[in-house]
Amino acid sequence: MTAAPSKPLTFQQLLFTLQRFWADHGCVLQQPYDVEVGAGTMSPDTFLRVLGSKPVSIAYAQPSRRPADGRYGENPNRLYRHTQMQVILKPPPVNIQELYLESLVAIGIDLTQHDIKFEEDNWEWPVGGAWGVGWQVMLDGLEITQFTYFQQCGGMDLDPICGEITYGLERIAGFLQDVDSIYDIVWAEGFTYGDMRLAEEEQFSAYGFDYADVPSLWKHLELFEAECLALLSQAQSFEKMDALTLKRFPVLGAYELALKCSQMFNLLDARGAISVTERVGVMARIRTLVVGVAKAYAAQQTAAA
Amino acid sequence: MDFLFEIGLEEVPARMIASAEAELLKRVTALLTRERLISTTTAKSFSTPRRLAVLISGVAARQEDEAEELVGPTTKIAYKDGVPGPAAIAFARKAGIPVEDLRTIQTPKGEYIAATALSPGRSAAEVLTAELPKEIASIYWAKNMYWRAGKPEKFVRPVRWLLALLGTEIIPIEFGGYTAGRLTYGHRVLHGAAPVAIDAPETYAAALEAAFVMPDVGTRRHTIRKALDRVCRTIPDARWREDHDLVDKMTHMTEWPSVIAGDFDPTYLTLPEEVLVTVMRDHQNYFAVEDTSEKLAPHFLAVLNTAPTPEAAQTIRYGNARVLRARFNDARFFWDFDQRTPLSDRVALLENVTFQKDLGSYARKSERIAVLAARLGTMAKERWLVLDLEALATAARLCKADLTAELVKEFTELQGEIGGLYARHQELGDTVADAIYDHYRPLSTDGRIPHTAEGQLLALADKADSIAGMFSLGLEPTGSKDPFALRRAANGIVKILAESNLPLILREVIEATNASPEVAVKMHSFFAERSEFYLREVREQAYDVVKAVLAAGSEDIRDAATRADAVTAVRDSEDFAAVSAAFKRMKNILAQAAQNGIWEKGIAPAPAVDESLLTDPSEQHLNTAAIHLARRVTGLRAAKEYIGALEAIATLRPQVDAFFDAVMVMDPNEAIRANRLALLSRVLTDFSGIADFSEIVTAG
Repeated sequence: MTAAPSKPLTFQQLLFTLQRFWADHGCVLQQPYDVEVGAGTMSPDTFLRVLGSKPVSIAYAQPSRRPADGRYGENPNRLYRHTQMQVILKPPPVNIQELYLESLVAIGIDLTQHDIKFEEDNWEWPVGGAWGVGWQVMLDGLEITQFTYFQQCGGMDLDPICGEITYGLERIAGFLQDVDSIYDIVWAEGFTYGDMRLAEEEQFSAYGFDYADVPSLWKHLELFEAECLALLSQAQSFEKMDALTLKRFPVLGAYELALKCSQMFNLLDARGAISVTERVGVMARIRTLVVGVAKAYAAQQTAAA
Repeated sequence: MDFLFEIGLEEVPARMIASAEAELLKRVTALLTRERLISTTTAKSFSTPRRLAVLISGVAARQEDEAEELVGPTTKIAYKDGVPGPAAIAFARKAGIPVEDLRTIQTPKGEYIAATALSPGRSAAEVLTAELPKEIASIYWAKNMYWRAGKPEKFVRPVRWLLALLGTEIIPIEFGGYTAGRLTYGHRVLHGAAPVAIDAPETYAAALEAAFVMPDVGTRRHTIRKALDRVCRTIPDARWREDHDLVDKMTHMTEWPSVIAGDFDPTYLTLPEEVLVTVMRDHQNYFAVEDTSEKLAPHFLAVLNTAPTPEAAQTIRYGNARVLRARFNDARFFWDFDQRTPLSDRVALLENVTFQKDLGSYARKSERIAVLAARLGTMAKERWLVLDLEALATAARLCKADLTAELVKEFTELQGEIGGLYARHQELGDTVADAIYDHYRPLSTDGRIPHTAEGQLLALADKADSIAGMFSLGLEPTGSKDPFALRRAANGIVKILAESNLPLILREVIEATNASPEVAVKMHSFFAERSEFYLREVREQAYDVVKAVLAAGSEDIRDAATRADAVTAVRDSEDFAAVSAAFKRMKNILAQAAQNGIWEKGIAPAPAVDESLLTDPSEQHLNTAAIHLARRVTGLRAAKEYIGALEAIATLRPQVDAFFDAVMVMDPNEAIRANRLALLSRVLTDFSGIADFSEIVTAG
């Protein structure tokens, strides 16, 4: 294990260090996905790459938007948009837990000076037909990571399964730097998290809670949904496509449309525009899209093979 | 020899470890017994989050050879002129012995050839290698996973090593892609990644202790309790709040436990204790600390899975306190935020919270609860129960309003309690606040019932509404499926009626729901089941006592419980047992008579006994004694002095015994016979009001 650095890492150093660590352990570094997602898991680099038998080692930071968690920048612990560092290893190496612990050492956590526990925490995304078993990793009582062995995705059993490590970067940075407010985290020398992101939190909280136009959101949702469904219906006939058409068929585009629907749903929810009765129905509609895309993606891979 | 087996795993969920440890031990012992490798068992099991292990003494190196007696064809077929024919040769081959070792035996069907077949015993290593993997694979886990490509096995978490030693020899058991060896692993941090070699089974525990793992669960539990005590003594006038479940959880989350104490800002003590304790216990696994007057003190105790140096302990304490501060801040934020919308304004928001799609929102449910609570409350008040009906109505209207509060969304387990706390904070009065606070109670059959009459009535109304509503939609529980927790609701109703002073009985609660006759019938039988469950499981009454008292009346569950206590108190007395047996005999005689068409009355109502037809002195004595006794028993029963009443009934024994000794009930004379049946019928009717004694199982 490498020696711990003496000065706590800045937010950006934390990201560099984790990226460097996983790159050194064979991961391909990917850029954040550029469509709004609620969690790193929803990026196609996780959600779609876990399907099929092709090995994957990939790591990326993913800004994750959860409109309902916005607090106008007034709550020191909650954000409308936080950053997850996502590591996907398929199949998971036998020493995946040890690797993870080494990554903590790399970012300056001397394990002999702390209390670390793996506490049962199973993960589930019903809209994606996805679930896994695993732990929340507790460091001196703080949940710093969600560690999951993905078992199903898009309602399909995974084989091989994949290991997913999700670091909560703001949490970890706050811990390393010992600050009580996320906004006081040093992002880079001379710049705080607040300098970089407070305005965004203020304005997007206001947008999500107060300004977003409900009829427009519903309309967007319907448009994205209709286009996604149209693509999924064409995806029913992969076997009739020639190799080039099959290869170019935009399942990935359909997935972006499904993600847009999910984001519209989250905004409507934050806006208080979805009654509990409607909620179940709308979630079922989005599930149809997301699970439909996963199945189409798997079918495309099979047909192309 | 000693057999040691250990499965190394990634961290197993704490809630699943104890039962898995026990199951592994049971399976290994059963396997060794079945395979004749142990006779008496000296066995011990171990577990930590990262391992399950068993250590079994007195395991034989191999099974004894087994002799089996085989019978072949008849001698006539097997031998021709004393020479073994093909049948004899085939039989000897099957038995695995030379033809000349065949014997002949005499059976009732004639003479046959026989052989003693010897199957050689297998070695323990062979048996364990072949059979143990199947036992491992069969262990029950509440939630399983795959981890290897091709999905060859499912287990709770990935297997990371296997260790199996018989004496000093490795038994190469295979599971999960590993072959057992003699290596195990110590504490992740305190010992590090280097393996620990085990030379012989009996050194296992000591070797692990040296690698900072306490493999024995009892030792860890004891260590945690002692450490909690010791660390708590560093805080003046403080003691930790007993929490068996949390001690258990932390025992199963640590390999090398220690405890630290931390503090929080006393200003957080203005938040309700319920919220603070929930954050500490349920979200952070901390033990709460209280002062000498049992009030929450601004400290917490955390169980660590490490042995920190003083500096590290300082760091860890600081880190845990920091997390707790953030959580308490959140709770305070939600509390303050929630106060902007008082409970009364939240009722309207319940329109958007669905209770059940066909039963509507929680706003509708609140209205139904209010009507139901008012009905029950009025009834109770008419029976002189001191009650604030207005407060009950307010509480009923507001009891679900906290479902819209941020604090309840954050701490769902505190629904009801938070409503009650808000009601108090918003000065709606103690009666209203207490009723709302308690209305989900009892949460289990061991849980307490609401403290106040208003709380009890509100709890009854809420639960009865759920049951009546779901039953009317045909959504009653079936088998293990009870998605709306209606059994728990019904158990709660039974428990409240049994343990409160409410002057209400089950039938009245069912009627108050205005359920249709068909639904009411289903509810009655559902509650009958729950009443039986309550008397047996909660009051721990014997099966036959429960049947006996419920047969004598099941609507008033509090009375049934008292009667059951009385029956249990006297059932072992000799006279009572004899009278019970006699009552059973009477019931049988009447039943048989009814079957033969001689008696058509059943046992009630009893026809008059014609004293002039009582010919034998013993029946005259029984008649006179029963008449006198019936008056006394009726008086005692009315005064609910059930033990006295039962003891009185038992005094009838000499007359009953004498009657059965002297008299044939089934007399050839029809009039005499009918009169005797009438006498028995009346005795049964008069004395079965407390319990149907014929249900009591008597010895012999």
